[in-house]
Amino acid sequence: MNHRAIRAIYLFEMARTWRTLLQSIVSPVVSTSLYFVVFGAAIGSRINQVEGVSYGTFIVPGLIMLSVLTQSIANASFGIYFPKFSGTIYEILSAPISYFEIVLGYVGAAATKSIILGLIILATAGLFVPLHIHHPVWMLAFLVLTAVTFSLFGFIIGIWADGFEKLQMIPMLVVTPLTFLGGSFYSIDMLPPAWRTVALLNPVVYLISGFRWSFYEIADVSVSVSIGMTVAFLVICLVVIWWIFRTGYRLKN
Amino acid sequence: MVRPLPQPLLLSLAAIMSSIISVANLSKTYGSGFKALKNVNLDIKRGEIFALLGPNGAGKTTLISIICGIANPSQGRVLVGGEDIQTSYRKARSLIGLVPQELHTDAFESVWATVSFSRGLFGKPKNPDHIEKVLKDLSLWDKKDNKIITLSGGMKRRVMIAKALSHEPQILFLDEPTAGVDVELRKGMWEVVRGLQQSGVTIILTTHYIEEAEEMADRIGVINKGEIVLVEDKTTLMQKLGKKRLTLHLQNKVSSLPESLAHYELELCDDGATLVYDYDTQGERTGITSLLGDLRTAGVRFNDLDTTQSSLEDIFVDLVRTS
Repeated sequence: MNHRAIRAIYLFEMARTWRTLLQSIVSPVVSTSLYFVVFGAAIGSRINQVEGVSYGTFIVPGLIMLSVLTQSIANASFGIYFPKFSGTIYEILSAPISYFEIVLGYVGAAATKSIILGLIILATAGLFVPLHIHHPVWMLAFLVLTAVTFSLFGFIIGIWADGFEKLQMIPMLVVTPLTFLGGSFYSIDMLPPAWRTVALLNPVVYLISGFRWSFYEIADVSVSVSIGMTVAFLVICLVVIWWIFRTGYRLKN
Repeated sequence: MVRPLPQPLLLSLAAIMSSIISVANLSKTYGSGFKALKNVNLDIKRGEIFALLGPNGAGKTTLISIICGIANPSQGRVLVGGEDIQTSYRKARSLIGLVPQELHTDAFESVWATVSFSRGLFGKPKNPDHIEKVLKDLSLWDKKDNKIITLSGGMKRRVMIAKALSHEPQILFLDEPTAGVDVELRKGMWEVVRGLQQSGVTIILTTHYIEEAEEMADRIGVINKGEIVLVEDKTTLMQKLGKKRLTLHLQNKVSSLPESLAHYELELCDDGATLVYDYDTQGERTGITSLLGDLRTAGVRFNDLDTTQSSLEDIFVDLVRTS
């Protein structure tokens, strides 16, 4: 194992975060705070409690997941896309480093960043609404699992994308809608029965449901199903990445 | 009883021992069907400077990319330091430093950070003294804290060389190292390359500047349309293919030459003011003595003469044209 190479990639990617602090950390925190103002305070004040929890408190796990999902994808996709775009990927490909180590470096850094971000947003939310986390260990486990899974997904997008437009397309057109429709701002029990069935096809529902359970012990679907679905997505991403490196897809001629 | 090894096997073993890179039957066909390399065989000797010449699109960069792990071969085998580039890629790649043709740099990193990153990527422990030496050798020390984006093209090129040298490679690939570099810097870079060779590094360079190959290389390989056209010691190549040219500046212009001189295949230039005679330095006789005698007999007089050796460039152009 070339642990020095993993460390080099990891630290290089983390250094990019500190260099782009405004874009990486400050901007998601500001936008999440705005969600609290708009949904939590302005709209939430007119909504009764949801399953025994005030609306402002109810949306906290969903909001954290919203940021963790989008930032994991953005960080990891940009992290691997940019060397491809600038050409510096030649050095990674010619280094004595295995594909697994490359993924560990890039995905590890992207996941770290979104976990830090998730925790910052959690702390920010604590300023707006009272929070009580029933299962802190499970909360962290869901956070890490989601960050890693979606960083892997972002890595795939970064490899697949051959232009900045494609890099933005999947997060904008697929992930954001799925996240909004995944129960960030409501319990899927609030939907009409037909739409509830449709919502259950959305993988993000399971992530948010499991994460919310770790906070308040309320969930749309059972916790084991949530974990199972997330792990299943993780495995799919791993298989795709294994295939990418095996074939050299969009990396090697 | 130990039997002696057969002679051919001994010879091939000796070749493997002395060559640091061994390319055998290497072919590369791109997805589009374009054959970039056709059954290439090449051995690079330990410690030499090898210049790979070829016109644009000849396959130089493809060959380097495959050896370094950036492109996959379609067929064939490459050994680097005796290690297979596919099955033993870690050992093979850790011996190689690559400076690609294009200026690919991390624009927003500092020189120090990007060079240190390369060392880590190749699995070497931190060694600030070595990085300092590399940067000083390449006259980059005073720029070590500058962001790469603020550097000139020549400096960026040197940063890329510094990155390649950061992990103390035994082999250095320089793909068009002096493209877009001014004359003074180019000469400075030649000095660096010579210094590296003296420290035991094997250097493979591709170049468009024939004078660079002529100046630097121990051996020269010419590649054209994906095939190695020839590999030869530079001096042998120059002797073997080099022709000399005798130019005679005539006292009086002539419109045509007498029949008695026809077999010399002379060429009249400058409206009959100069006479050009090409001869082979390897031939038993150059024919100069008899030519001068015959000229006097024919009454053709000259007031000056000079000879020139054909350059590597002439040889190269001839080779590419005929291959």
